[in-house]
Amino acid sequence: MTRFLAITRTEMLILRRNRWLLVATLIMVLFALALTFAGSAPTGTLGVDMLTVSVASMTTLSVYLAPLLALMISFDAIAGDVDRGSLSLLLSYPAGRGEILLGKFCAHLAALAFAMTVGFGTAGAVAAFFGGAGPESLMALVRLILTSILLGAVFLALGYLLSALARGATAAAGLSAGLWLVFVVLYDLGLLGAVVMDKGGAFTQSVFPWVMVANPADAFRLWNIAATEGVAMASGMTGAAQALPVWAAPASLLIWPVLGFALARLAFRRVEP
Amino acid sequence: MTDKALSIDHVSKNRGKTCVLDDITLSLAPGQRVALLGHNGAGKSTLIKSILGLTPIRDGAIRIGNATPGSAQARRDTAYLPEAVSFHPALTGREQLTLFAKLSGSKADVPGLLERVGLSDALDRRIGAYSKGMRQRLGLAQVLLGQPKVALLDEPTSGLDPISRQDLYAIIDELAAQGTAVLIASHALTEVEARTDRIAIMRKGRMVADDTLNNLSALAGLPIRLKVRASANADALAAELGGNRINGASVELLCTPEDKMEALRRIARLGDAVADVEMTPPKLEDLYRHYAQEERT
Ligand SMILES: Nc1ncnc2c1ncn2[C@@H]1O[C@H](COP(=O)(O)OP(=O)(O)O)[C@@H](O)[C@H]1O
Ligand SMILES: [Mg+2]
Repeated sequence: MTRFLAITRTEMLILRRNRWLLVATLIMVLFALALTFAGSAPTGTLGVDMLTVSVASMTTLSVYLAPLLALMISFDAIAGDVDRGSLSLLLSYPAGRGEILLGKFCAHLAALAFAMTVGFGTAGAVAAFFGGAGPESLMALVRLILTSILLGAVFLALGYLLSALARGATAAAGLSAGLWLVFVVLYDLGLLGAVVMDKGGAFTQSVFPWVMVANPADAFRLWNIAATEGVAMASGMTGAAQALPVWAAPASLLIWPVLGFALARLAFRRVEP
Repeated sequence: MTDKALSIDHVSKNRGKTCVLDDITLSLAPGQRVALLGHNGAGKSTLIKSILGLTPIRDGAIRIGNATPGSAQARRDTAYLPEAVSFHPALTGREQLTLFAKLSGSKADVPGLLERVGLSDALDRRIGAYSKGMRQRLGLAQVLLGQPKVALLDEPTSGLDPISRQDLYAIIDELAAQGTAVLIASHALTEVEARTDRIAIMRKGRMVADDTLNNLSALAGLPIRLKVRASANADALAAELGGNRINGASVELLCTPEDKMEALRRIARLGDAVADVEMTPPKLEDLYRHYAQEERT
């Protein structure tokens, strides 16, 4: 019943031992701090506190970094064990495949949550110290951290899916890089192209916002932008957010981890070690 | 069926178009040690994975006690040593074995088990720094967790030096003594396999032999080799005994086990013409080769 916790503990040990946790946390802290200082210039002109601007910059950062860090841990989760020949042994124990996957997920999510909280938390504290913060910008920071963890959860689950489908860890790494590129870069480029072609027609009016929010990375962006007037202003992107009901982005970002995990579980069932 | 620890009943399995398990029947009583021999690709690992429920079978039935492969009960009752197993290089031997103990739900003496397989010095070293033989020993340690009904060891001797093989044999005996049925898959017949209770031999997915070593030797009727050294004239000796000259001074004779004494008597009758006699019974390797390579119908 608590067997998955044994897996979780072991996976956490591995993440600490191979320095993944340290490196990921350092990356988050450094990037978040850099963006906070780089983005501090226009504060006066927009008339918002520095933390608000910092959160807006860090939202953009997180769209790229959260999926990347998540995929970096998850691609190896199943394929790596298959390569080592240890999956067959693990599966000969009473723990079921669902428990194994859940155990790994809990450890990986905890590690991501730690890196996100420390990284954004540090940058947020620095921004608040130098440029002030209000209740609203603090809320935005908390929202950024929580939604970043959710976004990470999506890509952890999708990484497991690829890890179960791929033949070997190297192939899984390649597929993960492709997945990241599609969701984080190509999807938006495609949408942008479609909007330009459409010239403000029916697609842009009614379909485009929904297609956009269906992508978890965009849902993450929309959720953070729509929720805060200040952030929306600072990022200059409010059109799409206004065309959608408020629940659309949160729903997308909450459904994706569950959907991804279910798909990964299904794919894992078919893995023959 | 309940008196069997493991029963495999007319099991068949295809991989693509090839039949990798063809009507396999085999059973192990509690405490029995059975060697499963066969060349590379004979289907030994596939059979073991079928027993564990890791790969589906097309026909037939497998029972571990009364449980079906892959069921919760079956997974509690089986221990497994995979072929060429490796573990996460970042963990220590102690951490890896502790995980397995937790998963099996047994209260285990982890340092004691690691000492049992000769890894007490490497307890807190990373598995990444282990040699192949040490990883194999770690794999063996987890087989000893929680008194399994059936232990399936896939190529347990690979990577082990001769002394470690002695340890392995002691561990197999210990398992058998506590009532565990032990199936040892191997691609060559060595001392370890020869000291098991029964030998089953697979060839291209089929079971071609399943008996005790003595019975298999008798059934195979492999010849005993007699090397007779002449004191003076080897040619005369060869003519007299009807064997082959193998070098300047010796003659080689092949005879069945039943004819052995008669051949020795004939040699003795030659008196001073014979300087020495050397007798070689069929080697384990010969026996294995006989069953694993010869087409039998
Ligand atoms: N994962 C697999 N996919 C396809 N064929 C396989 C796989 N594993 C084994 N085989 C094939 O099944 C046959 C039996 O293999 P195996 O059971 O590993 O033999 P053994 O363990 O006796 O050496 C071989 O012909 C091998 O090529
Ligand atoms: Mg094999």
